[in-house]
Amino acid sequence: MKLSMLPQVLSQMFKKPWTNQFPAKYTPNNTTQFLKDVEAGKAKIKPPIETPKGFRGKIKYDKEKCIGCKLCIRVCPCEAIEFKEKEKKIKIYVARCCFCSQCNDVCPTKCLSMGDEFLLADTDKHSKNLIVE
Amino acid sequence: MTNSKQTTKTTYQLPIGPIHPALKEPVMFEFEIEGERIIDADVILGHVHRAIEWTGMRRNPIQIIYLAERICGICSFVHPFAFVRAVENAVDIEVPERADYLRVVHGELERICSHMLWAGVAAHEIGFDSVLFLTWEMREKALDLTEFLTGNRITKGIMTIGGIRRDITKEHLPKINETLKYLKDNFEKLRKVFLDDKTFIMRSKNCGILTYDDALKLCAVGPTTRASGVKKDVRVDQAYAAYSDLDIKHMTPDILTGEVNGDVYDRIIVRLLEVKQSIELIEQAIDQIPAGDLMSEPKIPKLLNYIKKTPGEGIGRDEAPRGEVIHYVKFDGEHEQPYTWKVRASTYNNILPWIPMLKGEQIADIPIVAASTDPCMSCTNRVTVIEKNKKHILNKEELHQLSVKKSRRLMK
Repeated sequence: MKLSMLPQVLSQMFKKPWTNQFPAKYTPNNTTQFLKDVEAGKAKIKPPIETPKGFRGKIKYDKEKCIGCKLCIRVCPCEAIEFKEKEKKIKIYVARCCFCSQCNDVCPTKCLSMGDEFLLADTDKHSKNLIVE
Repeated sequence: MTNSKQTTKTTYQLPIGPIHPALKEPVMFEFEIEGERIIDADVILGHVHRAIEWTGMRRNPIQIIYLAERICGICSFVHPFAFVRAVENAVDIEVPERADYLRVVHGELERICSHMLWAGVAAHEIGFDSVLFLTWEMREKALDLTEFLTGNRITKGIMTIGGIRRDITKEHLPKINETLKYLKDNFEKLRKVFLDDKTFIMRSKNCGILTYDDALKLCAVGPTTRASGVKKDVRVDQAYAAYSDLDIKHMTPDILTGEVNGDVYDRIIVRLLEVKQSIELIEQAIDQIPAGDLMSEPKIPKLLNYIKKTPGEGIGRDEAPRGEVIHYVKFDGEHEQPYTWKVRASTYNNILPWIPMLKGEQIADIPIVAASTDPCMSCTNRVTVIEKNKKHILNKEELHQLSVKKSRRLMK
């Protein structure tokens, strides 16, 4: 067959695109202005597709339950966890985290869990949003 | 590029490489060109060293699993798989049967994703971009299933020493069946486009031939060698995990066409047959999966202490989408870090077969022939043509345009 892709291409013209156009249908001319508009309520962000069950997003830390056993520090592949000697608690640098959730598995008190948040881009890797403690 | 060489030869040289972020092992080519024809090819290896093994020797085995995952972005399951098999071999850890079956399911799912990605890239290399979108649309479904089962699309983070981290339960089954049905229904469409379309036949038949003898002599692995008729597949030859219980055989192009040519067309056939085989293997594995534990030792600190105390060395082999992967690990019995960790990825073996494949082909065939061994991406990022000390730079885009032009010329 000479043009075996032609029927497929033609039918594709009338199909809806698969891509979820996040965060807006068309790329805004000015991203910072777009974000300001969203804050002011003038524009709307198209929501991202829902994450599946068991998705590994930004880590959650229950400080009260933590006993300071340092096991999570021992298994963390990217050395993203720091031990605070005085408090005997941990500090997690999300910018270094590789979202493997190995620390969740090893934690004896289950004080660590993975959240749903995945929009973690930031210009500063030490920003408040990227440090969990 | 010595000057003395230039003056004595009428041919000119065309170096490709060495830095290509798309390749697992950065590689440099030196071609001897006569007009449009390649009369000689040379491969130079070992330009970039990421020190992954060195880093691994300063980390404990649980941490290395995630390091091994990052050796290759597409083989992000088979590298940790080979590593944990090496560790299990070194310190004698028995894997529960259920985990063996789950490992097969994830390994085959990765093979589907990888071969689909490859098929799309191959189509793109010859300028057939509508097929790229067709195959990647199907791949997207397979990736969605991967994300649903493991929590991530690419770096799955599901492997662990002595088992697997996530189970497949009843609630997963409807989505698995739905995706497999979709893939099977659309497979026929893909087969027609790749094997019957004039453009593909023109560009891939009798192009980049690797003979049976060369494939044996150069130790090619994976679909590259099977397309030349060599029956070599770790899954069948030294069946690991649950493969020995499943119905699996060597996929060679003569199953479909009755003959073996060892050209790019045959490599397309082998990969398409393997996608079909992988879908069947997942179905079989899900059907036969026994109940039981997921890990032989769920307490990670206890496992690490056991590895620390046990000296030994082990080899882990497994069949990646591109061929055989080997990991070697040695523990000295005093440290939890391995004493040695050595990785041999499959593309390493598939680099030398490029030389016989490329000899006699045209410059415009370099992208499709190089891509036919599936070295992750076309390795033609930056090409320098040196002719009488004049320098022309051919970047990836221009080389791609050359390839597209050849397709158009042949269509006329």
